[in-house]
Amino acid sequence: MTDDITRTVQRIAAEAPGRVAAAATLEELRAVEGELLGKKGELTALKKGMGALDPEARRAAGQAMNEVRASVEAAIAARRTDLEGAARALTLAAERLDLTEAVEHRQRGSLHLVTQTMDRLVDVFVGMGFTVAEGPEVETDWYNFEALNIPAAHPARGMWDTLYVDLGDPETVLLRTHTSPVQIRVMTDGEPPIYAVMPGRVYRRDTADASHMPVFHQIEGLVVDRGISFADLAGTLEAFTSAYFGGSIHSRLRPSYFPFTEPSAEYDINCIFCEGRGCRTCGQTGWLELGGCGMVHPNVLRNVGLDAEEWTGFAFGFGLDRLALMRHGVDDIREMFTGDVRFLEQFPA
Amino acid sequence: MKVLLSWLREFAPFPADDPVALGDAMSDLGMAVESIERIGEGLGGIVVARVLALRAHPGADKIQLVDVDAGDGEALQICCGAFNMAEGDLVPLATLGTVMPDGMEISRRKLRGEWSNGMLCSGRELGLGDDHSGIFIVTPAAQAAQGSGPAPGTPITEALGITPDVLYDLEINPNRPDAMSVAGVARDLAARLGLPFAIPEPQVELVPGDAAARISVEILDPDLCGRFHARVIDGVKVEPSPPWIAERLSALGMRPINNVVDASNYVMLELGQPNHTYDLAELPGGALRVRWARDGERITTLDEVERTLMGGRDGVIADADDVAVGIAGVMGGASTEISEATTSVLLECAWWQPMAVAVSSKHLGLRSEASARFERGTDPDIVELAARRLAELLAPSGARLVEGAVTVDGDLPGRAPVTVRTDRVNLLLGIDLAPEEIPQLLGPIGFGVQPGDDDRTFSVVVPTFRPDTTTETDVIEEIARHHGYSRIPKRVPTSVQTGSLTPRQRDRRTIRQVLVGLGVHEAMPLPFLAPGDLARTGLPAEAVTLTNPLAAEESVLRTSLRPGLLRAVAYNESHRTDGVSLFEIGKVFGVPKPGATLPDEREHLAVVLAGREAPAAVQVWEVLHRTLGLPGPGIDQSRPPAGLHPGRSGLLTVDSEVVGEVGEVDPGVLDDLGIRERVGWLQLDVGAVLARPHGEHPYRPISRYPSSDLDLAFEVTETVPASHVAAAIRGAAGALLVELSLFDVFRGAPVPEGRRSLAYRLRLQAADHTLTDDEITAVREAVVATVEANLPATLRA
Repeated sequence: MTDDITRTVQRIAAEAPGRVAAAATLEELRAVEGELLGKKGELTALKKGMGALDPEARRAAGQAMNEVRASVEAAIAARRTDLEGAARALTLAAERLDLTEAVEHRQRGSLHLVTQTMDRLVDVFVGMGFTVAEGPEVETDWYNFEALNIPAAHPARGMWDTLYVDLGDPETVLLRTHTSPVQIRVMTDGEPPIYAVMPGRVYRRDTADASHMPVFHQIEGLVVDRGISFADLAGTLEAFTSAYFGGSIHSRLRPSYFPFTEPSAEYDINCIFCEGRGCRTCGQTGWLELGGCGMVHPNVLRNVGLDAEEWTGFAFGFGLDRLALMRHGVDDIREMFTGDVRFLEQFPA
Repeated sequence: MKVLLSWLREFAPFPADDPVALGDAMSDLGMAVESIERIGEGLGGIVVARVLALRAHPGADKIQLVDVDAGDGEALQICCGAFNMAEGDLVPLATLGTVMPDGMEISRRKLRGEWSNGMLCSGRELGLGDDHSGIFIVTPAAQAAQGSGPAPGTPITEALGITPDVLYDLEINPNRPDAMSVAGVARDLAARLGLPFAIPEPQVELVPGDAAARISVEILDPDLCGRFHARVIDGVKVEPSPPWIAERLSALGMRPINNVVDASNYVMLELGQPNHTYDLAELPGGALRVRWARDGERITTLDEVERTLMGGRDGVIADADDVAVGIAGVMGGASTEISEATTSVLLECAWWQPMAVAVSSKHLGLRSEASARFERGTDPDIVELAARRLAELLAPSGARLVEGAVTVDGDLPGRAPVTVRTDRVNLLLGIDLAPEEIPQLLGPIGFGVQPGDDDRTFSVVVPTFRPDTTTETDVIEEIARHHGYSRIPKRVPTSVQTGSLTPRQRDRRTIRQVLVGLGVHEAMPLPFLAPGDLARTGLPAEAVTLTNPLAAEESVLRTSLRPGLLRAVAYNESHRTDGVSLFEIGKVFGVPKPGATLPDEREHLAVVLAGREAPAAVQVWEVLHRTLGLPGPGIDQSRPPAGLHPGRSGLLTVDSEVVGEVGEVDPGVLDDLGIRERVGWLQLDVGAVLARPHGEHPYRPISRYPSSDLDLAFEVTETVPASHVAAAIRGAAGALLVELSLFDVFRGAPVPEGRRSLAYRLRLQAADHTLTDDEITAVREAVVATVEANLPATLRA
């Protein structure tokens, strides 16, 4: 009897590895597991026959059986891991994708070049301690001209080709020709000290061509405080220039004329393409004209009720469309305003 | 304003060896050099040639064959595109190997099969003015035949007396009337360079007589004319000017006419004093009367145009019969024009009220070199010198200035001395000048600087050629210019405030970033519309218009961003780009509110989603209002906005206040605009939206206990918005509801016509315990009861 059991155990131990290995799928493995270890399995059946053995033999048989059971279980577990791995590998292989054959594309939109440029400029000035002010695009003659020391019939009005709006008396309401009326609003609505920049859209009666649009954008700066001088203007523009264009780009001021500033100046920067060495873009001069600036004219201060002896200030302004174009080498300003997505999407940031 | 270096050198000993440095000095003084042209450079290979024969080119109409003798007696064949020369003319020939001023090298080459052995030159190619209409004729055949003119082979520089020179093109600012003349530029430049400046005294031989007996001037309106200086020149013979005068005028951009006109222009360019010559024989009694024009008064001007004048706007010079013979400061009349028959001239050098000339030339649409100078303000004290200078220039033709003159003054601007404080100069400029430096800077440009009330104050007398300078700040600008802008230190003021964006500006950036993240591109269409654009877009046509638009298509100010964005959609479609998503944040302009001066200007945001339907636009709104933290967002479909799909659009509300619209553009509008795709639409009044309390994103603790989902489907009458059902569910479910989503909408059997099934998933969760079945059942019962009781809705089994 003992011998029978021993033989059977030995047979099972000898056959089991082959049977387990022969299971080609997880299902077959489960079947083999049932045959060997299950409730109706061979080892379980043997166990039932052990009751007839004497204690000594029963212990020895039990030990042998447990060893076989453990080794069979280990073999099945190992086989299961293998089969599961193989099955997963098959699934993964079947799921292979060519990642370059994507049909659907997800796209971020884009900010307009003018917005990108405006935000960058504004950020630099905010970093320098300026607040940001805005004003209406349709203005009265007072804000756009009169208050800025440009009385009616002043020859300097010829400097701006104004688009007038058909409201009120003739030539009293207009599309602002510059962002300067916001200066007046800032000074009228608030008190010095004022450190503000004023970005915005402006209008001129100008036929559209590669470098002109009847609608374009400017940023204007205004500082009014005690003891503000032309040196402060020069220094502020120099600080802005290197912050925005890079440390190798410097600024210079040349005498000019604007009715609302005196002394007035043109604001030039080193050509950003040749860094001042001279190239086609800067006409070999090494300089690019950026905008105008000057000390706020005493008449302007008086027009907003400020004492021009107590308060002094400076103002500057320049167009930003050209900066946007230059940054990306766009040679026709009209491209920016057609809404052509093929243009817009080229500048995601 | 153009100036020649040689001309400048007549007033001060400017160095001729570094024209660029001289140009830099002018720019630094505010007379910006726009270009520097070196005249006479590159003319070395150009010689005088005689035209021997003109022959048709066998293979071309637009060029002809010209045989010339370049000095060696041989016929040299040239192909030439100009036809203005005749056999026997002496013309300039650029010989082989010549490098032209523009850098082009002349080589032997074939043009349509015929050899060309050089190039005949136009005036422009020689650097003599702008004339490019034909070949420059050195000497016409008729004169050449009589032996005048240079011999063929003579270098052109020698033949024309061209000496190397430098032409500067300067941009002169409106506040620099003095720099509208060669002498004025020279004065400023000499001061900067520390060189002596002087206007040479004209050398004029007077003929005895008494001009005052032959002419008279009466100023009837002194507010029009400040000074009228008149003289008589006898012995006038109208003939071509000497070449040097003609060349200088050409170089400065004026066409030589005859010696009288040329001398007049020369004086204007040199001294900045425009002047006028009358044929004295055509002036009855030699009398001139200066007065404002009468309304409707007519005059034929020198350009043979009859003009109608306006009283109070135009000034005239009238003759003894009170007939206008000139428009003051703008243009002379034809009736007294100098002609071949003229022998005696009345010369006018006047000072006109700048504003009068500005108004007159503007409304007549007549801008001239003269009016440009009078508008800015001329020097009333130079009239006498200018008259003598003109006589000096005319003298070679035999003209003689008659002794005596008539000078009448009207109202001239006062010239009160200006008090200038050294401390104010230093404060405004941020420099540290000593008081004695101020006279050193101002003196050389003609400002009289006298001691003032104390040793740091000056009393400054402004020269008559600087009418722009009347205040201390004006003088400080002059000090700054001559001190040198580049020598002013660069200092950064310390702002006491911190820089920042306003909440509105920050929110606007947020809105833009949200839209960009959603794949929408920002566009900036022009804000001008054509009449009818609004109506075509289904919008009310009432709008503000422009008085002086460039074109009718740009005459209406937009009241909505829709026409512009739809135009952009159409543009993209027409370029085979479908499915574009665009947004714009920009101003729209409504008619002014009652009592307002300015239009009702608002900032709008609009989004167009081509190829997408209304729900896509609603999604954009949802992301926006969540990001902005707008409480109480809603869509009201009971009043479809104009121009949108009536069944697929509605007003956007925040706490019941209308802030915009959402939906789809009316397909009829799209048809009219030729847009093939459907277009989702969202529009917000940015100001109205951001005026609502917003931006609060309070923390809601996340429960650690499990949540349970409850799915409920209701059959709801079509007219009841799903948002009402959701609101009822929210109200009934109470605090345990942490998330509500509509996950299925179904129409069709077994749901009866006129109703649809709305299936909601309620996620229930308590903050402090695991929900019991009883609690979930209680929520379910409450929700079903509330929905069924308050809405035409029933729970689906």
